[in-house]
Amino acid sequence: MGYPHPSHPRETPVLSKYFGDAAARTLTGWQARGGYETLREALATDPVEVQNVVKDSGLRGRGGAGFPTGVKWSFMKPDGKTHYLCINADESEPGTFKDRELMRWTPHQLVEGTAIAAHAIYAETAYIYIRGEYTEPIARVSEAVREAYAAGILGANAMGSGKRVDVHVHKGAGAYICGEETALMNSLEGRRGNPRIKPPFPAVAGLFAKPTTINNVETVCAATHVLRNGAEWYKSLSNPANPKSTGTKLFSVCGNVARPGNYEVGMGFSMKEFLWDLCGGPPAGRTFKAIIPGGSSVPILTPEECEGAVMDYEGIQAAGSLLGSGGVICFDDSQDMVRQIARLARFYAHESCAQCTQCREGTAWTTKILERIRDGQGTMKDLDTLLEIADNMTGKTICVLSDSCATPVVSGLKKFRHEFEARIPKNRSSVMIPAFSPAAA
Amino acid sequence: MTAPAAPANPGMVTLTIEGREVVVPPGTNLIEAAKTAGVLVPHYCYHPSLPVAGVCRMCLVEVEKFPKLAPACATSVGEGQVVHVHSEKAREARKGVLEFLLINHPLDCPICDQAGECELQDYTFAEGRKDSRYMEPKRFNPMEDFGGDVLYVPNRCILCTRCVRFMDVVAQDPVLNVSERGDRAYIGKFEGSDLTHEWASNVVDLCPVGALLSKDFLNKARAWELDRAASICPSCSQGCNVTLELRDNVVVRIRPRPNMAVNQHFACETGRLNYRWINRRDRLEYPQVRTADGLVTASWSDAIAKAAALLTGTSRVTVLASPSLSNETLFLLGRLATQLGATTVTTVPRGHQAPLPGVPDLSLRAERAANHTGAALFGFVDIESPLASLGPDDILILADAAGLVATLPAGSTIIVIGTVLDDAMRELADVALPICNFAEEEGTFTNLRGRVQRFLQAKAPPAQVRPSYRVAGDLATAMGGGAFPALASDVFGVLAAHVPAFAGLSYRNLGLQGRPTAAPAEVTV
Repeated sequence: MGYPHPSHPRETPVLSKYFGDAAARTLTGWQARGGYETLREALATDPVEVQNVVKDSGLRGRGGAGFPTGVKWSFMKPDGKTHYLCINADESEPGTFKDRELMRWTPHQLVEGTAIAAHAIYAETAYIYIRGEYTEPIARVSEAVREAYAAGILGANAMGSGKRVDVHVHKGAGAYICGEETALMNSLEGRRGNPRIKPPFPAVAGLFAKPTTINNVETVCAATHVLRNGAEWYKSLSNPANPKSTGTKLFSVCGNVARPGNYEVGMGFSMKEFLWDLCGGPPAGRTFKAIIPGGSSVPILTPEECEGAVMDYEGIQAAGSLLGSGGVICFDDSQDMVRQIARLARFYAHESCAQCTQCREGTAWTTKILERIRDGQGTMKDLDTLLEIADNMTGKTICVLSDSCATPVVSGLKKFRHEFEARIPKNRSSVMIPAFSPAAA
Repeated sequence: MTAPAAPANPGMVTLTIEGREVVVPPGTNLIEAAKTAGVLVPHYCYHPSLPVAGVCRMCLVEVEKFPKLAPACATSVGEGQVVHVHSEKAREARKGVLEFLLINHPLDCPICDQAGECELQDYTFAEGRKDSRYMEPKRFNPMEDFGGDVLYVPNRCILCTRCVRFMDVVAQDPVLNVSERGDRAYIGKFEGSDLTHEWASNVVDLCPVGALLSKDFLNKARAWELDRAASICPSCSQGCNVTLELRDNVVVRIRPRPNMAVNQHFACETGRLNYRWINRRDRLEYPQVRTADGLVTASWSDAIAKAAALLTGTSRVTVLASPSLSNETLFLLGRLATQLGATTVTTVPRGHQAPLPGVPDLSLRAERAANHTGAALFGFVDIESPLASLGPDDILILADAAGLVATLPAGSTIIVIGTVLDDAMRELADVALPICNFAEEEGTFTNLRGRVQRFLQAKAPPAQVRPSYRVAGDLATAMGGGAFPALASDVFGVLAAHVPAFAGLSYRNLGLQGRPTAAPAEVTV
């Protein structure tokens, strides 16, 4: 299948196998495709065994941070406390829309993965936190949850296993920061969506101060396939040369590209082939100028840097950026990088939760300077100021929103400095009014 | 991984802060640990009486082996940690925070009430940049009346959220919030609510900058013009530790003084705003005695002699004393009463109670007198109508008791020891002896939990006014009660030697935090 394009022959559609297949959305359709058999088996398996299979598979968190999922699950011990599972379906990172399609086409895939993950962490209650703008995914997942309850897949006696699995769908109110795991928990609790200071970590005191695991939509969907086909199968999908990044990854491709959309490839796929063969390269008559490979928060790459890169956690890091959430944003040679980076900064300034000083003030200041440069009112000194502000914004705050705003500025200034300089009027050293001098008057 | 080494001090955590070894209980944060080494970690959002927020990022310090700078407020001490507060990396980070805080901050220190006691000013002076790189227009939000005694100036606000946390967690009256996001954020008030909580004014003290201001203190004085004296709030029996702040011998503000055993860092609205009476100008300034020409000014020796002459005889004497007089004065009035075989009574004014829910046993108390516990210890009985049984031939000594009783019996002999003499009293008094109010003398109060706390002299008394304990002592001496010391500290020494509840206490060991009496009053919460 594939959506909006048929799957490319070089894709490895595992999670995205039923994209475009409307029949897979219903419970009967999902069961006809083998759905919920893995959940039945998982519920009969000891959670530690489930954790170990996922650990062996090398599956890492698909939300951006890339933390090993099995290890995260193993933090949750059968300690008699109430545990919670949160599924992060906020997908707020600009340029990322893989979870949207997973939820639109295969909501039962998410419900199944959620139930398995809940079982693996000794939780009876799971919350799926979906961003408010995702009206169709909210409707699809809510319907899937309703169907699953009606069929006894969820509830007090999930699939007759004697275990309770409750899944609640929660609609976010539309804030980028609510995709940060601790802000998401605050939002779920009915508080302002502000990130929490760590420690305590969610595994110790998370949602409602109880041990909590937060997983991305894609992560729990992938975990189902790991359990169904085994850890070795999962590892075989990716480049065996790099055992640290395994399985497949969904990449959302947008911007100036011939065929935008979601692509699922094995980890370690060549970025050059991905961009030019699968995605069709830049629009006709254009060339790529810049690529952001992992959502708007990661460093910008030049096409040259992309050419030799492979698409896994380590490969993109070696090229100078991060895999992040897998949102590939393409810019062609018609784009003005000053304008683009100023727009990104404005987004972060708008979305800063206002807790930490560096972020609240730094994102807005960065935006004001960038927009001044964009409008031809900048000075050469502004460029140094921008870098110093970025340095003051990096690594000093509760969450990484501040760092995320600084990242495109630093990498953009490094790689496209000439575009910034071209915007600055010649011989202009300062826009400040000179001090009044009585001698000159 | 090697096993952690055994702690150098069992049960405690030993670490090094700025080259100094400190030993603190486990779980202490780095700011508090640094305080024990005499090191101040600059901070804004942290406050010892509020939950940790970790948002201002000012208290970033360098901890060896940590990958990043650590917020000292939210980092617990670890055995063997080596912490650098003033390393270049930490200083640079704080310099960055200060620059960010200042870009949208109006540099209106010359007209800001907080100037001189502003942490933004202080830390900028200590560690900030000397120039500004900010060339954009500053954010603007208009000033807002938060109700109660509080004004909000959002342009000066650094969003530390101390006020929000105070109202949420300590006052438990969630009126304030952070509204909006990013640099548009400001402290908002929930729809339909105001800062009218009895303890809401604490947000003014908690605010590290000039964003939350007291309407009462607005534009009255610059912080550096103020004289300050440690005192005890006289408005109820809680005994909140306060600082009296004066400009040119006039009290202009009462602010809480930290005492973790009594009021933590807080004071109520009633206590803060009840200071104008201290500054009354229509005082009784000279001793007065009644002659054929009416009440005339006399010397202190003549006035004491006249009072002694009146008291010599067989008449019944009643001493009605204010429950807000000091332990020292009430003790000496008690001695005088013993000498005369007099009845000792008081009457405690009452009002509404207003607890501060987040602090145990802290409330504006119904008993609106600073020392009713002390009065009881010295034998003054609290009676609603203390003069009901007074006969026409009785002698009445009124010690700072004007206003405690509505009407005075005509025909009695009345000796007034007081700060003021109103028209009615001027008609009735036979002798009037002018005394200091509590701000003009030194002394101690015993609070409702039996804690004895010192207050210091804050202002000069007018004219020939004398400390109340001295007047009481002189009268007792004149009646043959022996000599008493002239200093409050020495009077307290005599008191401690004679009254078992005060055994072992002295001004030296009371310090400025006070101590419980030997037999503390029964605690009822």
